[in-house]
Amino acid sequence: MQFPLLSVIIFLPALAGLLILAFPESRKNWARWTALGFSVVDLILAVVLYLLYNTATGNYQFIERVNWLPALGISYYVGVDGIGVPLVLLGALVVMCGTLVSWRIEERPREFFSFLMFLGTSVLGVFCSLDLFMLFFFFELAVFPKYLMIAIWGSPKTREYGAMKLTLYLFIGSMVALVGALAMYFASGKNTFDMLELEKAGFDTTFQRLWFPFVFFGFAVLGGIFPFHSWAPDGHVAAPTAVSMLLAGVEMKVGAFAALRVAIMLLPDGARAWAPLIFGLATVNVVYGAFIAMIQTDFKYVIGFSSVSHMGLVMIGFATLTREGLLGAGLQMFSHGVMTALFFSVVGMVYDRAHTRDIDKLGGLVQKLPLATLGFIVGGLVSMGMPGFSGFIAEFPIFMGAWKAAPLVAVIAILGVVITAAYILLVIRRVFFGQASPSLDLAHITGISVQDKVVVVMLSLIMIALGCFPSLMTPILETGVDHILKLVGGA
Amino acid sequence: MTNHLLSVILFFPVVAALAILVIPASRVKAIRWVSFVASLVPFLISLLVWLQFNPYQEGYQFEEQFIWYSAISSSYHIGIDGISLTMMLLTTLLTPLAILASFTISERVKAYMALFLMLETGMLGVFFALDLLLFFVFWEIGLVPMYFLIAQWGGEKRNYASIKFILYTMAGSLGLLLAIQLIGVTTGTFDLPKLMEIWKDKQLSIFGLSTSAVKAIAFWAFVVAFAIKVPVWPFHTWLPDAHTEAPTAGSMILAGVLLKLGAYGFLRLVLPLYPMESRQFGGALAILATLAIIFGALSAFSQNDFKRLVAYSSINHMGFVILGIAAAAWQAGSVNANLALNGAVLQMFNHGLSSAGMFFLVGVIYERTHTRKLEDYGGIYALVPVYGSILIFTAMSSLGLPGLNGFVSEFLVVRGALPVFVLPTALSMIGLFFTGAYILKALRSVLHGPVNEHLHGHLSEINLREILVIAPLMVLMLWIGLAPAWIVEVINRAVMFAFSAL
Repeated sequence: MQFPLLSVIIFLPALAGLLILAFPESRKNWARWTALGFSVVDLILAVVLYLLYNTATGNYQFIERVNWLPALGISYYVGVDGIGVPLVLLGALVVMCGTLVSWRIEERPREFFSFLMFLGTSVLGVFCSLDLFMLFFFFELAVFPKYLMIAIWGSPKTREYGAMKLTLYLFIGSMVALVGALAMYFASGKNTFDMLELEKAGFDTTFQRLWFPFVFFGFAVLGGIFPFHSWAPDGHVAAPTAVSMLLAGVEMKVGAFAALRVAIMLLPDGARAWAPLIFGLATVNVVYGAFIAMIQTDFKYVIGFSSVSHMGLVMIGFATLTREGLLGAGLQMFSHGVMTALFFSVVGMVYDRAHTRDIDKLGGLVQKLPLATLGFIVGGLVSMGMPGFSGFIAEFPIFMGAWKAAPLVAVIAILGVVITAAYILLVIRRVFFGQASPSLDLAHITGISVQDKVVVVMLSLIMIALGCFPSLMTPILETGVDHILKLVGGA
Repeated sequence: MTNHLLSVILFFPVVAALAILVIPASRVKAIRWVSFVASLVPFLISLLVWLQFNPYQEGYQFEEQFIWYSAISSSYHIGIDGISLTMMLLTTLLTPLAILASFTISERVKAYMALFLMLETGMLGVFFALDLLLFFVFWEIGLVPMYFLIAQWGGEKRNYASIKFILYTMAGSLGLLLAIQLIGVTTGTFDLPKLMEIWKDKQLSIFGLSTSAVKAIAFWAFVVAFAIKVPVWPFHTWLPDAHTEAPTAGSMILAGVLLKLGAYGFLRLVLPLYPMESRQFGGALAILATLAIIFGALSAFSQNDFKRLVAYSSINHMGFVILGIAAAAWQAGSVNANLALNGAVLQMFNHGLSSAGMFFLVGVIYERTHTRKLEDYGGIYALVPVYGSILIFTAMSSLGLPGLNGFVSEFLVVRGALPVFVLPTALSMIGLFFTGAYILKALRSVLHGPVNEHLHGHLSEINLREILVIAPLMVLMLWIGLAPAWIVEVINRAVMFAFSAL
């Protein structure tokens, strides 16, 4: 039997989570080092997966299948395609970075790291699921740690509100999606949750058009699509740094990925019928999200809304149903994940030292936090879609796709680029440069830790490398896109 | 020829910038000298390229092509013709001079020098790119270092000026970005030589508009992006602010090279890709150019801030570049058009020399007096005769005095444009009269008249390092003024190869 690489990647964090819970409460360092050790190994394995994935054959690889409930057609069935592989890498990367930036958590670190690890298993599981039931299982697995981590370690003022809002939104979304999924299960008449079987089920057009919005928008809530996006900024801001990183960096991609895998790939006729609406909503995401980000006075809310804006581009890419658009969406998911993880980690570093997120009360931080500033600037340039960084190579094909499918969308959504530039540059200037506000005691601000430095440098370099050499990732994504195009009947 | 000289020139500054980041921040002197020496390397290599370049060979030379972004069929395709060769030389010459001029910077020297070197790569990339996407990559990427140079080392209103600069340019480039995407989607390639053949005959329809309407919109999208950079009136309002607030060396590069990127965009992209539209709208372009020449001169005349005056003079002088380009757009391929284009390209080079020189000299006097107000100077020729003489010399080049470089190029533009656009060119020559007026006004208030009391004893003469910065510029001004054949020949051949077929 071949080495079960995917299962190991998926369950390694959960194993660490269980192990950490078994440690005595007082051994804080044990929890930290275990979490770090396991997440580093997980990341290495994800890199191995990335390198071993055969782009020549494409399709689903590293498949593992164990019957679980044969009577209902449910099995433990995992495998990855070209869209999933980069996301697995992203998930493992952000989990590791989240561990590093949470190093100094002193309040119940044992539970914190354990929950963080379970969250990791949940997101990685979704990216690898080939069984619809399993996908929902992993999807819902995240609810519990997410809720608790925000409610316990979140920012004191809004954590209850943020946690509750997030949980309810996502719960309702996934319920709606589940209804649609069950409809597919019954309509297929195959008594199986196997998505590869369902891909071939050949649902009739009326059925697809009826159920597509349930599945797509149900999942897209987690992807932050307008008008169901408002959980995202509130949830991100309320959450502790590592959870914000995972929420915006990976969880939003879980939503987008599930919407792609279940709704678009299984109900392609529905996707074509509903694409105009998705275009419309996602364009609102891009432009409106950027405007709202511009008027925020809270540092963390700026980034929260910027995620809403950027995820709109992913949705636009999906809705084009073209080679360029889907490729760009895949790149944008990875690029935005890395970028926003970096953003939130820097926001956390600033907040931990300045004890405020009010932009007016910050300033001049470059003197004390030069590397964090540099990291934020790199993230900002990615966000602005500046060439040479990963944002550009992701957004450019999305817009090309949009020109093919809906030129008006390209013309309107491009406004998001310049609005983003405006708010990012203003935030950089007001937080990191200029005069420190009188209430900020710069002399007492300490530099960032080694762990923080590793995170900032690593994430920045990844975005620059991808921006300069897009072919590090495009061959893998192209195989995934080819498969999707075969299903939707495109070129 | 398959050497990688261009790539070396292009990326050496970035590598040097990264190396500088490793030097400890306290060793300011080392950082300065390493940056200066590093910036000389691309200059020396570009001299070598100049010598190896064959002006009598049609097409691009020193070409390199690798697949860069296969998924959307964009490649790293670079190469130069005579026009880009001239611009390359200008860039690699001005960068070391600007770095030498920046030796007085004492705050965060490391970041400053690294940004400057990265800026050089951005600018050179635009001149080298033979792939539309690659062009845009470098076009945008140069904004970032310039933004930070203005925002971090600029004058009092630097925050406002820097944001205005970058947002103005980025917003202006949105149309360009969309048009590039449209071209990529409809033709399936970004390769410029290929596009020059197929794009002009390409039929396309979007939003139910006809091919000619779509192309006209795309044409204007290109024009606006480049017009903002040049800047052509009425897209110029970012320029006085950015120039005035930028640090001295930043203004040198901004006026010396960055403005040329816009004009280069017209030459490399607009005219070859849109020959029909160019003919159609060439007249409009000529009117804008005339207005830029006249208003630029009048605005410069009314300034009482020395640096702002020089900034407005750029609008005035770049107007002649656009006038030449407009003439070529209107009557592509004719003798007059080629003359005008020769003048335009040479004017780009000349304005690079004179504006960099003028901004530098303004910086020299500002560092000593901490004022830029014309009424705060007065009679300083008596105090600093060497500086005064250099200022007069450089100003005369800017004014277009026969025997210096500015005259040659402005004469060529006017000679070429006059038969094409009689009235606009005639009006532009009236603008030339105002050019004389504002330059003489500046010279009079700075150098002549009664000596300002405050300046007695505080003003030191221009020092050796500063003379080293200005000397190469002065030599070139005189050389091109007296014997322009060496550079005009290169430009003329390139213009004939590139534009006769249109």
